[in-house]
This record gives sequence, C-alpha cells and structure tokens, in this order.
Amino acid sequence: MSIGLLSLIVIALAVAGYLIGRRIALAKAGGDARRLHSLPGYYGQSVFLFTAIPALVLLAGWLLVQPVLIESRVSGMITAADIPEGSNADLVMSDVRRISTGLDLVLAQGALSEADLDTMRADFSDVRGRLAEVGVALGANVKPAVFQAAKTYRSAATTGRWLMTGAVLVLALAGMAYALSRISPEFRARNVTEAFVKTLLIGASLVAIMTTAGIVLSLVFETVHFFKLYPAKDFFFNLVWNPQFRGGSDLGIWPLLWGTLYVSLIALLVSVPVGIFAAIYLAEYASKRVRAVAKPLLEILAGIPTIVYGLFALITVGPMLRDYFAQPLGIGSSSSSVMTAGLVMGIMLIPFVSSLSDDIINAVPQAMRDGSYGLGATQSETVKQVILPAALPGIVGAILLAASRAIGETMIVVLGAGAAAKMSLNPFDAMTTVTVKIVSQLTGDTEFASPETLVAFALGLTLFVFTLGLNVLALFIVRKYREQYE
Amino acid sequence: MTAEATNMRSSLYKTDARTKRRNAAEARFRVYGMMAVGFGVLALVVLLSTVLGSGFSAFRQTFVTLNVPLDAQVLDKQGNRNPAEMAKVTTIGYGNLLQAALVAELTEKGMHPEGMKAKDIGGLISKEAPAQLRNMVLANPDLIGQTVTFDAYANGRIDGYFKGRVTMESAALDSNVSPEQLQLADAMRANDMMAMKFNWGFIFGPDASELRPEAAGLGVAILGSAYMMLIVLVLSLPLGVAASIYLEEFAPKNRFTDLIEVNISNLAAVPSIVFGILGLAVFINFAGLPQSSPIVGGLVLTLMTLPTIIIATRAALKAVPPSIKDAALGIGASKMQTVFHHVLPLAMPGILTGTIIGLAQALGETAPLLLIGMVAFVRDYPAAPPEGFMDPAAALPVQVYNFTQRADPAFIERASGAIIVLMVFLLVMNLMAIILRRRFERRW
Repeated sequence: MSIGLLSLIVIALAVAGYLIGRRIALAKAGGDARRLHSLPGYYGQSVFLFTAIPALVLLAGWLLVQPVLIESRVSGMITAADIPEGSNADLVMSDVRRISTGLDLVLAQGALSEADLDTMRADFSDVRGRLAEVGVALGANVKPAVFQAAKTYRSAATTGRWLMTGAVLVLALAGMAYALSRISPEFRARNVTEAFVKTLLIGASLVAIMTTAGIVLSLVFETVHFFKLYPAKDFFFNLVWNPQFRGGSDLGIWPLLWGTLYVSLIALLVSVPVGIFAAIYLAEYASKRVRAVAKPLLEILAGIPTIVYGLFALITVGPMLRDYFAQPLGIGSSSSSVMTAGLVMGIMLIPFVSSLSDDIINAVPQAMRDGSYGLGATQSETVKQVILPAALPGIVGAILLAASRAIGETMIVVLGAGAAAKMSLNPFDAMTTVTVKIVSQLTGDTEFASPETLVAFALGLTLFVFTLGLNVLALFIVRKYREQYE
Repeated sequence: MTAEATNMRSSLYKTDARTKRRNAAEARFRVYGMMAVGFGVLALVVLLSTVLGSGFSAFRQTFVTLNVPLDAQVLDKQGNRNPAEMAKVTTIGYGNLLQAALVAELTEKGMHPEGMKAKDIGGLISKEAPAQLRNMVLANPDLIGQTVTFDAYANGRIDGYFKGRVTMESAALDSNVSPEQLQLADAMRANDMMAMKFNWGFIFGPDASELRPEAAGLGVAILGSAYMMLIVLVLSLPLGVAASIYLEEFAPKNRFTDLIEVNISNLAAVPSIVFGILGLAVFINFAGLPQSSPIVGGLVLTLMTLPTIIIATRAALKAVPPSIKDAALGIGASKMQTVFHHVLPLAMPGILTGTIIGLAQALGETAPLLLIGMVAFVRDYPAAPPEGFMDPAAALPVQVYNFTQRADPAFIERASGAIIVLMVFLLVMNLMAIILRRRFERRW
C-alpha cells in the first residue's frame, strides 16, 4: 500500500472519529450540549487527534528507521569476497538496492512471477539483461551473493511495508477506541485537546533545534570520517589544493580560504561605502519622494535570486572587466576572476548594508541632531560626528552580517570566480572559494566515501563555523554597545 | 539653493575661508550620498536590462515550415496502423523523410542550390525535429498516408544566424554549419519557408541535449519547481505558524525558549549551501530518499524557509493589539481559543505575506539544490503527485545553471530566457504579497 494512500486512510479514520466522537458526546448528554463539560466539537477533536497524530508519527518514524535496519541486516550477507576490486561496500549496497527495485519493476510488468523469482539464481539466469529491459542498468554482472542479498532486501522491504501498514492502522484504531471510550459528559475534552495541541506547537518549534542539530551532526560526523582518511594536519596546513581521482590528493584549505576572503573583501569594499552612503543619504538628505522610490529599488537588489547575479557576472561583468581592464593592462586574461565575483557580490550586498544602517540611523533620536545643529555644525558634520558614532555598533553589525553573507555566497562565485585554487594577489586572476569547491566535490562523479568527496563536509563545517562566528559577533556587538535612548 | 546663494552674495556677511571649506565639504558629502544611491539604482537597471535583454530572443525561434508526405510504405510496412509495430521505425527514418521533403520542396520552388548535398540541406533542420514528428505520428497513426504541414525547429546555428550570434565568417570556421547553408537559409526565409515564431516549446518542452540548444525547454524545470513550492508551502506554513504561535503566545521565558529563539535567528543566517549538505547527508544518505527528487528539494527548502516564515508570523502576531486578546479572555475564552479564534485570523494577512516572500526566496534558491543532485539531466516529466514527488526533476534556477555550463553559446540566450521566466514568477508572487498587504493589512 502506498504511503500516500495509507496516510489518507488514517486521516479518513480520524475524520470519522471526529464525527462519531461528537455524536457520542451529544448522545451521552441526552442531546443537551449544556450538560457537557466542553463544546461537542472538542470531543470530536480529541478523537481526531488521538486517531491521526500517533499513527502518522509512527508512520514517519517507521519510514526513517526501516531502511537503516534492513540495510544493516542485508550488508551482513555480503562478504569481503563479493566486493569487486576498486569498489567498496557502499557501492555494492547501492547495487543491491538497484537490483531490488529492478526486481519490483520486473514483477510489476508480469514478466516474472513471485515463484519464478524464488527459484531464480544469478549464476544461471541473465539478471543483468532482465533488469536492463526494465531500465535498470547495472555496471557488471551480478554475483550470486549480491543477488541473494537483493532478494532478501526486497522481501524484507515488502514484509516491512506490510508490517508498517498493519501497525499504523492498528495504532490509529486503538487511539480512536481509547479516545472514544473516554467520552462522557464529565470528560474535560477541551483541556485534553488543548494540551494535545500545545504539545504539537512545541513539537513544531523543536524543528528549528532539530535542523541545527542535523546540520551540526551531519557536518561533524562526516568531517571526522574525512579526518580518518586524510590527516587533519594536512587539511589545515597544506598550502596546495589538488584533488586527484586516484587518491594522493592535496586537500589544503588555504587556497580556498584565501579566495573566499579575497572575494569577500572586494565585495565589502564595494558594498560598505556604497551602502553606508546610500543609507545616510536616504535617512538624512533625501526628500520623502526620493526615499519612497529609491529605498524599494535598492531593496529589490536583495530579492533577486543569486543565480541572476551569477549569470550577470558570467555574461556581462566578466567579459567587460577582461576586455577593458585586465587585458589592456596585461594583468589577466580570464573572464572569471576575483574582481568579477567580488564586484557583483558587492552589488548584491548593498541593500544588506544600507537597509540595516538606514534603520539604525533613523533610530538615533532627533534631539541629538538638533543639539548638533544648535552648536552650528553643518549637516555632514552632524552625520560624521554625532550620528555615525551613535549608530556605529549597529553599522558594524550590519557589515559583519554582510560579510557572513559574502563568505557563504555560492552561485556568484561558482559562475564568476573560476575554479583554479591558487593564492595570488592579482584580483584579475581566477581563484576559487570554499563554496565553489563544496559544489564541485559533491556534484562530481567520485564515490561518496573517498576523501575527495568527504572534504566537502569539512569545508562545509569550516564555512558554518565562520558564518556562525560572524553572526554571533554581530549580535554581540549590537547588543553590548547599543546606545539606550530614552 | 540658488536663492540662498544670491542672498549670500547680497548680504553684508562675508564667508570666510573656513566656512567656504565647510560648505564645500557639506556639498561633497551630499554628492557622495547621491552617487551611492545612484550607483545602487544604476546597478539594478544594468543588471536587469542586460540579463533580461539577452533573454527575450529565447522566446522566439526559427522554424522550417514543411509539407511532409507521411509515406505509408516507409512508416508502416504492415499497413495496420499499429503503433507498437510503427515504433520500429526510428528517428533516422523520420529524419530521412524530413530531409527528402525539404529537398523536394526546394527543387519544386527552384531554390535547390547547385552541388549541395542532400545531407547538408537536411542539416538545416534540427536533430530534434524527427523525434517530434515521430511522436506526433505515433500518437495519431491516422496521419499516415497524408501530407502534413509540420513546423520543424531549424538547427541552432541557423537560428543563431538570424539572431546575429552566427555570422558568415564564423560559419566558415565552424564544422557544424557552412556559409552555403546560411545562404540557403536566407533564401528560404525570403520565401517564407523559414520564419521566426513564438516558441512555446521553450516554456513547456523538456530539456534537450547539449547539441540541440534549439529544442531545450523549461517544462520539466517549471514542473519540478512547482512541486517543490507545493511541498514547501504545505510543510512550512503549518510548521512555521505553529512554532510562532508557541513562541509568541505560550512559551514561558526560560532557557529552553531562548535556545529555540537563538536557533531560529542563527538558521536564518546559515549559508544556503549548508542546507544542501544537510539534505545530502540526512535526506539522501541517511533516510534513503531518491536523489534529484522534488521531495528532497522541497524538504531542504522548507528548512531554509522556516526561519523567514517564523519571523514574519511572529511580527504579525505581535501586531494584533492586546485589547482583542483581553476581550476574548474576558468573556471566558481559553488561551487556545483566543489565539485560534481571534489572534490568528487577524494576523493571517501578515502571515500569508511573509509566507509568499519566503516562497519567493525558496524559488530562486540554487546552491542547495545543486548538492542534492538536481543538476542531473532530466528529460522526462515527473508523474502526477504524490508519486511524482519521488521522480527525478529539474528546478528552474538549477536549469539556468545547467544552461550556463554547456559549451554552445546558444545556451546563454536560453539561460537568460529561463531567468525571465523565473523573474516573472517572482514578480507575480511579490505582487501577490503586496496586494495582500494593501488590501487586508489593518492598522490599529
């Protein structure tokens, strides 16, 4: 039974439970709703919740746990001898999964019956050809043990499915029976329902914690895995980044960090002055009409997807910088360069700096401006000597947030900065960044358990730590140094 | 300004050097500010005009209009119009048919160039056209024996020639097209055999291989993005609203609540690519969901969108005046009833606005989708939901990225065209958010 159908059945049961619960409550009160503790709907709701929620939670949990259990059982069937040279257990397991889905397809087409499958053996029949007919391509001929494992996998998955269907339906019915049995005029249905709903609300707000935990755990887990295959010392101190398909790679993080910081620096050199001056102009000088037009226009820049900036860097800014600056000056011949990515990223970051700074400048009380004007200062002197110092913590916070954006930005650098990992001072050279390498290492064809792929998790952890640090620092500065105005 | 200046001149007061300097500094400062705003606005205009400007041509495509006799001798030897048997004729057979039809038509009109090989003439037509003709015939076997008027895609280079991307000089160096073919194309265009038309295939058709830019479309990507947005909406709206209600209305002030709040504000600042890593590690490697499927993309984007929705929802809940809550509590409603019957409906416009903006962000997000395998080349439309959520699909922003990674320059135009489609969706979503806000937002 498909999962969609199963959940629909559970929900249909729950709706039926609602109607029955309501009716029973009214019947037990002799049709007089005033004799009930709660409104009749609450009795129905309590049945609905007890029917649907535990069953759906069980369903979700089962779906998560079942593959892991089956996997661990089946992988025991595959011995070291069944793993071909140059391959590993993970690849064989993925073959097992593929064969098992392929067998499902073969059965679904009716080319084979369940009984045929039981007697089918990989050493006699052409499993690979059979599976190719249904569109499951296998790299090599199937070894008997692998085929046996696939058959066990398939049968375990099928039994698991049936067990799951049964368990979910039984739980739904049990919950319904329990909730129905509790109904009586004295039953505090509203309180029970509300407590249940509150639990659900708490559960929803836990998703944020679980996401963070998921991020941290997956990054740390795979990074530890990576450091077992590749020494941490080399990762942190090697100055060369040169991944190889056949092992023996140099995976030093420094060239990537250098590129990331260089691009971010250029981006900040563009966005910080422009953003702060724009914020000052909009907050202090601009007429209402100019402000009403210019502020939303600048904010559109923040709403444009980064892939659009990436394409802009690729087809417009890159070739332009190459043809009009780098080549005439003889300092570079590549259209993707640190300068290209930095410039375009700077444009993207303008609204991040300007919007936040604008808010903070507006929060400086008018009395401070008036005091400064009263002493004879011009408007710009007021801005420079009164407003900016008062707003400084907030502006620094805004800059740090922009820096964290710059470091984590991906598409602009993927399309604009290039892929060559080197440490050069020339901004018209193509360099690469941490995010670019995460993308290229995880979208390549290398196998998952190799250091060349796992390094992406170490890079991701580095990125996460960096951006988290910047965000926390920004928050800290804003909180600690914020001026309190009455 | 000028009035002040003349006043100053007629005044007895003499500006000393220091005041002049200060006034000049003031004027300069003001100009810097204007320049900054101007730079930002100019950047926006240049960005949009170059990207959008280079994309409009993707919506128009050169077609060769042909009268193709669908010869029963070739296409259906048994003559019983059974699609299963007719499927044995491959696209090569249909390609020969198209080529013969084109040569015949040229000869009839007296345009057949001297000494040009039939194969080169056939080269004017896209390699994708035979497949389309074949699908058309297999879907409707009754066409066999008739002569149908068929709009075939012209080869990408021919299309590029009419769009100014390919010139006679570049064609001379190009192994895929020759200047003679371009001259023939010119002649055909003058004779109305070839024309630029609006290309619906670009919006609704599937992607095509690297060698057939003329046939590449966005259909699968749009569908994939739509599926993902559906998943994001269905998951993140209830989850986000539930979490916000708890945090805003019920949560006691304690360490645990603080932890959740810090988590949410941090998640809002985590780089999007990290969410991609999370999706790869948890949803694909751990939970075993299929790669490049909308369900994984939808889940990853949900987690990314959640902080945005929570922040917007909390602001909307906060904006509902306490007097309404007090009134509801005062006449005996429980806390839960107050929230669900009074606060939440009043906050709904704000919540929906925030949700739409969050969805728009999710729609344009590319980086996390690259990591969960959405870069794969997918030509088949995913099935209808819910099974379709597990099928491989593309996504609109990732399709843009894919187009940029291909060698043929014709794909740059298509990448920009895809961005136009993406921006139209974003524009519609943002307009919806603005209209919702304007119509339903209440100020107390």
